[in-house]
Amino acid sequence: MENVLEVIDLKKWFPGVKANDGVNLSVRSGEVHAILGENGAGKSTLMKVIYGLLEPTAGEIRLFGEPVHFRSPRDAIRAGIGMVHQHFMLIPAFTVAENVVLGDEPGGVRFRRREASRLVRQLSERYGLAVDPDAKVGDLTVGLQQRVEILKAFYRKARVLILDEPTALLTPQETRELFRIIRALKEDGVPVIFISHKLDEVLEVSDRVTVMRQGKTVETLETKGATPQMLANLMVGREVVLRVEKPPLQAGEPVLQVRDLRVRSADRHERVKGVNLEVRRGEILGIAGIDGNGQFEFADAIAGLLRAESGEIRLEGRDITHLSPARRTELGIAYVPQDRQLDGLVLSFDLADNLILRDFRRPPFSRRGILNRRAAESQAEQLIQTFDVRPPDFRRRASELSGGNQQKVILAREVSRDPVLLIAAQPTRGLDVGAIEGVHRQLVRLRNEGRAVLLISLELDEILSLSDRIAVMHDGDIVGIVRGEEATREMLGLMMTGQRRKEGTA
Amino acid sequence: MIFSNPEIWALTLSMAIPLALPAVGGTFSERTGVVNIAMEGIMLIGAFFGVAFSYWTGSAWIGLLAAIICGALTALALAWGAIHVSADQTVLGMGINVFAAGLTTFLLNTLFGYSGTPVNTPKLPSFSIPGLDAIPYIGIIFRNQSVLMYIGIVLVFLAHWFLFSTRIGLRMRSVGENPLAADTLGIPVWRLRYFGVVLSGVFSAIGGAYLSIGILNGFTSNMTSGRGYIALAAMIFGKWTPLGSFGAALIFGFSTALGIVLQGHGVSSNILQMIPYALTILALTGLIGRSTPPAADGIPYEPRR
Repeated sequence: MENVLEVIDLKKWFPGVKANDGVNLSVRSGEVHAILGENGAGKSTLMKVIYGLLEPTAGEIRLFGEPVHFRSPRDAIRAGIGMVHQHFMLIPAFTVAENVVLGDEPGGVRFRRREASRLVRQLSERYGLAVDPDAKVGDLTVGLQQRVEILKAFYRKARVLILDEPTALLTPQETRELFRIIRALKEDGVPVIFISHKLDEVLEVSDRVTVMRQGKTVETLETKGATPQMLANLMVGREVVLRVEKPPLQAGEPVLQVRDLRVRSADRHERVKGVNLEVRRGEILGIAGIDGNGQFEFADAIAGLLRAESGEIRLEGRDITHLSPARRTELGIAYVPQDRQLDGLVLSFDLADNLILRDFRRPPFSRRGILNRRAAESQAEQLIQTFDVRPPDFRRRASELSGGNQQKVILAREVSRDPVLLIAAQPTRGLDVGAIEGVHRQLVRLRNEGRAVLLISLELDEILSLSDRIAVMHDGDIVGIVRGEEATREMLGLMMTGQRRKEGTA
Repeated sequence: MIFSNPEIWALTLSMAIPLALPAVGGTFSERTGVVNIAMEGIMLIGAFFGVAFSYWTGSAWIGLLAAIICGALTALALAWGAIHVSADQTVLGMGINVFAAGLTTFLLNTLFGYSGTPVNTPKLPSFSIPGLDAIPYIGIIFRNQSVLMYIGIVLVFLAHWFLFSTRIGLRMRSVGENPLAADTLGIPVWRLRYFGVVLSGVFSAIGGAYLSIGILNGFTSNMTSGRGYIALAAMIFGKWTPLGSFGAALIFGFSTALGIVLQGHGVSSNILQMIPYALTILALTGLIGRSTPPAADGIPYEPRR
């Protein structure tokens, strides 16, 4: 079979870091080739080198058998490489058609807008990527925006498509739709390079997979013969525990009691429509559901970030429905929010300051309104060590840390306060296998210590492997609650679409 | 009744032009991503050198050309600071305004003395448009106006077409929205930003020359009297489009004209002078149709290599 893209012993060194240090890759025509590796394994660097954004230190890249040296993305595009970046390169204020044709517009002096629309409509029909060419990109969902990026690549006659972490921002439905598109492209003979750190996605969509670790390609194997355990071990370089060990535990009295809770989101839509729920001491209660069914508004309402329209929230028997978030924090609610960069951290603060965000009002961190920096630093030093935050330096800004380490900082802050209830919304989103393992261990430890954990996740596997009980949310209501050990993917999947199930013994 | 007096409409239009031109200029600059508050200063430069060269060469047209060149050079300085060395664009613009006010006053006094520019300085011609000026009631709008007013109106429409209907206009706007995306598509971000800023200098300078050699034939210290700032307001109020800026300039020009007409009627013209700024604040807060700037406006772009 012909090799579309070959990378031979590629090296890219930065001062002090060998981001790529011996990468070998060969992508055959008509295959979906996954590149799997943890965050920081060098996947992004490799893609930037291939796309002409970085110049390699050593090594060779061959495209359709010809050695190539790209000085800029322009060269790469001209040679037929199409790249969809993790963070889209789109202009929200422009229409779909304008975004697609930009830089290579139809017309002479005048921009022939209607011709552009026509070309884009043709292209979207040709590749089965339905999207309205005259819609404004800013009005589109993330999934549709990604299609626009793919159309951009094909408008420039891409002969190989590179998708960099394409599912990071997608909902499960959008992910499924993307996989359908990838398969259709493959049928069409377009080779697709799929970069990911998610095992299940790689197993589902790829033909072959190349695993990267610490800047090197470790192995390329047929996906058919691979197992999740095999890939995880290759990625991390040691035996990884994928299934969380959890001793059986008798749940105690209820910590959180929610009655008939109704919540409106910031855009005034009712998102939580009369939820009743209890979370008990010593249990992890998982909330499963498709994104947008009210689960995150529910979490915000319990943390006090959204006002309850009606209903009641009790923590250890005490009515907290109308208390401020700060009061709830004092009473023992810890919250790991869904968007760690937006709501979890102040990115421009250093770690010491980020770690006292919850407690800076109290001694020893402040007295009479004056902060005590030394207390913050000694607390930070200790937490950074306990939670293995890297680099272990509290003077670093939060923005300088990797996603996994940012999440460690948030967990350290929330968990170290001895909460009675921890709300964890998507605690492992975007993290790699090793980091996920660490987060899961923390959640289970809290549970084993007899605290209550409310876990909200869009990843069914995460819900299944951690939860003692699983509540399924659909359209702002709990459709049913099942015991963790009785639940199956199929059962939950059905309930997530709104089908009720007779409530069992849970 | 004052509104039935057609004079006020003619006055509105001639007061709107020196606001509309720098507003359109600012639109070009900000649409490519460079915040430009230097219109006031560039107008002063244009106004002064327009008069100076008109007097020295005896031709108002050469004066206009000199105004354009000097305005473009001033804008080039702003562009270099904002684009090449990523300096703070607001501070740069303010610096140019203060510099231009000082420079033009200094040159006025040293070159022409304290009696001001000579009274025999040639000005650009004024004329009426035959036919249009005969229309009853509104005909006065096209009667005996400066040639620059007609050119200005044409330039506004041309600018709008250029920015929204040409390929280069699309590219200019892309650079002001997401320079990184534009760069990866092979669009020269820096070159287009320079182009946008220099265009803003050209338009602002014509606006300044309109005051000094279009309707008058002389320069006085600080003769723009804040029009560059009202133009800034017109640009924002017009949602960063040339036609919108022109519409806003007409509203603001009307309030100035009203101020002139109402003098002696016991209404304070200071109140009327507030109107443009009050409207702009309302526009920015979203009370009268939300006005959002280009996404990358004011953010320097560093190409990576």
